[in-house]
Amino acid sequence: MSQIILNVNGAVQPLELEPDMPLLYALRNHLNLNGAKYGCGFGQCGACTVIVDDQPVFACLTPCAGLDGKKIRTVESLGSAEKPGPLQAAFIEKQAAQCGYCIAGMLMRAQALLERNRHPDETTIREHMAGNLCRCGTHLRIIEAIKQVAGQNGSLT
Amino acid sequence: MSDSNGLNPSRRAFLRGGALLMAFTLMPVARRVLADTEVDTLGTVVLAPDLPGSLRTNPYLDAWIRIGADGITVYTGKVELGTGVKTALLQIAAERLQVPATSIDLLTADTALTPNEGYTAGSHSIFDSGTALYNAAAQVREMLVDAAARSWHVDGALLSTRNGTIEGPAGQRMSYAEAVKHIDVHQYAKAQSPAMDTADFKLIGHSLPRLDIPAKVSGGAAFVQDMRLPGMLHARVIRPPRPGCVLQAFDEASIEALAGVVKVIRDGNYLAVVARDEWQAIKAMRSASEVAQWSDGEAIPDEAQIHGLLKRLPSRRYPISNNGTPSGEAGTRFQARVTKQYLMHGSIGPSCAVAWFKDGALTVWTHTQGVYPLRAGIAEMLRLPPARVRCIHTEGSGCYGHNGADDAAADAALLAMRVPGTPVRVQWMREQENLWEPYSSAMVTEVDAGLTQGRLQDWAYELWTTPHNERIVNAGRLLPARLLAQPYTSAPSVPIAQPEGDGDRNAVPLYDLNSTRINMNFVTEMPFRTSAMRSLGAHINIFAIEASIDELAIKAGIDPVALRLTHLSDPRARAVVERVRDAIGWPQKSSEPGAGIGFAFARYKNIMGYCAIAVKLRVHPQNGEIRIDHVVTAVDVGQIVSPDGLRNQIEGAIVQSASWTLYEKVAYDAGGIRSYDWSGYPILRFTQLPKQVDVHLLDQPGQPFLGAAEIAQGPMAAALGNAVANATGRRWLNLPLTRSTQPA
Repeated sequence: MSQIILNVNGAVQPLELEPDMPLLYALRNHLNLNGAKYGCGFGQCGACTVIVDDQPVFACLTPCAGLDGKKIRTVESLGSAEKPGPLQAAFIEKQAAQCGYCIAGMLMRAQALLERNRHPDETTIREHMAGNLCRCGTHLRIIEAIKQVAGQNGSLT
Repeated sequence: MSDSNGLNPSRRAFLRGGALLMAFTLMPVARRVLADTEVDTLGTVVLAPDLPGSLRTNPYLDAWIRIGADGITVYTGKVELGTGVKTALLQIAAERLQVPATSIDLLTADTALTPNEGYTAGSHSIFDSGTALYNAAAQVREMLVDAAARSWHVDGALLSTRNGTIEGPAGQRMSYAEAVKHIDVHQYAKAQSPAMDTADFKLIGHSLPRLDIPAKVSGGAAFVQDMRLPGMLHARVIRPPRPGCVLQAFDEASIEALAGVVKVIRDGNYLAVVARDEWQAIKAMRSASEVAQWSDGEAIPDEAQIHGLLKRLPSRRYPISNNGTPSGEAGTRFQARVTKQYLMHGSIGPSCAVAWFKDGALTVWTHTQGVYPLRAGIAEMLRLPPARVRCIHTEGSGCYGHNGADDAAADAALLAMRVPGTPVRVQWMREQENLWEPYSSAMVTEVDAGLTQGRLQDWAYELWTTPHNERIVNAGRLLPARLLAQPYTSAPSVPIAQPEGDGDRNAVPLYDLNSTRINMNFVTEMPFRTSAMRSLGAHINIFAIEASIDELAIKAGIDPVALRLTHLSDPRARAVVERVRDAIGWPQKSSEPGAGIGFAFARYKNIMGYCAIAVKLRVHPQNGEIRIDHVVTAVDVGQIVSPDGLRNQIEGAIVQSASWTLYEKVAYDAGGIRSYDWSGYPILRFTQLPKQVDVHLLDQPGQPFLGAAEIAQGPMAAALGNAVANATGRRWLNLPLTRSTQPA
């Protein structure tokens, strides 16, 4: 065990963790955040996607040691069920979920794109999202939801 | 109503032996549809055969609807698998109780609270539970109104209801909660329910936003994976490398000494670790995997020979449809062998469960499709009375059939008994899900069909399959129970009877035929455990039928869509075909190199939803890569409950079936399964997505609910196959299409 300081969704959290612990387990079990999901543990499906500084990363592969000073954001940072952020609201409006297990990861990967490129075209969205898997086949609605926000101006949070 | 073989369905169902007859009534004017369901084969008992939907098995009204001072509670024995069924059922109940949807608390499957509706499977949820609620809710509302009428001494016809309150002609008002005190809801439903004009529907046929989505986009506790109980421990299992391996040596002490480990469980070939923290459990699991020594286990067949092997393994032959006399006329013939590989359900979230043995009773939170059958299996495995086991459905990742859910629940149950008083959460790893989930069976089918003077003739079809329904009918169907020192043995495999069908689902074409010779060879000695996956055998059977129709049409110089219409007498079947034909502008064919267009149709199980699909695609001339440009579909699922929910299901089915059909197969060799991760089992990604999908909904107001979730799997596979044949000028009949090296 060692003390690791994580900056998650704007809050600085000193935690007693095993340094090889992937970020995913720190978020879920030590900070009680549900958004990042375990899917494969190999960085192949994207269910665990979170944003570190401004990059989408696989939380299942990222050890907690080495995240000192970095700003970690999970889907919880975008808004809540009662007050969803713009991208969350678009996912709700388009009903862009079936089982929804992959959705928090989809949101974070899409958020990272929109923060870098406020108006991506559909081809860019498809290529950017290819790192995340959906098994229900909700892809078309996920793209529609992202396109809706890409077509707007204004804040992303 | 008669089927294409001139037999009425009731007679057919009897002829197939042992099938239950299902009376189905949505509206007061009874229209009967017959079905032997996946549900009926699995532990429910028909108490009232004349009642509609699942009222047949759960006839008491208070099993479905309870009204008290604290509000209205509606119960369903079905579960939310990500299809939106919870919201749709709520819409039906609220419509018929004439209350706002927000005033109802809807509870899904829980063995302590809800009706036993068997499994949530087979596109049956709206058909079974929706129909039950449609009727039960209206009957309860009528009883409430009658109670108020008696109390006010007025004619019940003069009363109306609004927002859960009954209103009388002189301004009288009585809440449902007050009125319910004057009636006894614990009584059998009646066969007939109050009529409602479909034009008056305010919820049915309208798209209510799904109840579950806001939590899922915002990190709410939406899944069993998200449960945190006080003092909860984390477990991981250690599975053998292959089926049949025997644990020969294992240094328990070395694992017990690891940080955070609370317990190491070893029982025969069953191995697990329980730790305080999840990461500690994972590290202990990895160490345990390294020190466990196993014998070689069962031989794994050669992947390249699997279809030949399926035809040689011991099997039982079931006649499926043998009608009419073959004409023996020469005409045009098409003979072919069609194959499919093992497929995975491929849930994005590996299976998970939480269990807690406390005060002599075990509670299991599980994403199973059937809480009651699972409870019976777990109780038998643990030698507990079923009354001391409670299974509560809690959502998991989409399953699309029988995945690892039940087995993970059995793991949690076994482990909870070893740490009494403390809740334990077990989460399978990706490689465990991929290696140990029951697969969708590899299959071989052989077709020999003819066309003479524009008429389809002499349809012969033989198929070989392993089981598609290894659901939990005893403890031995639970994987962990087979690994124990005193192992349980799986119950013998039994196929689901026609007209629902198993590997033979949709093996009988809906087209008018002069004669059929259709048989299933049911292989029970199987190299891999196989069970239900969305649409069962319909995926390959419809692919094979529709390929044959196209080939016969092309050989005879007839338009394939016109040939289909010539042989479809059901007007609803014709309607979906015609809608797709017109919407895509059939027979439009692009002159671009590698472009193709394909068409397909099926009515799911020949008794449920109708679906026609056309696909336009391009096949890259050098690398064979397939780009799907446009998919147009038309569906008829009877009375639509939620248009947007239906559209979402159909879009998803099209994408998922495209993935199965183009890309997917389980890879294995003598060493075992090689598809232990997503690189070994690639599925469709965003870049391979169809460019455009248009879904046309053909609503049938007032007609029975027919179910939606599985109806597009076969037609999409078949339309893709026909489009690829059209694009390449060659017929490809070995799935998956992009990994197939030989044209037929």
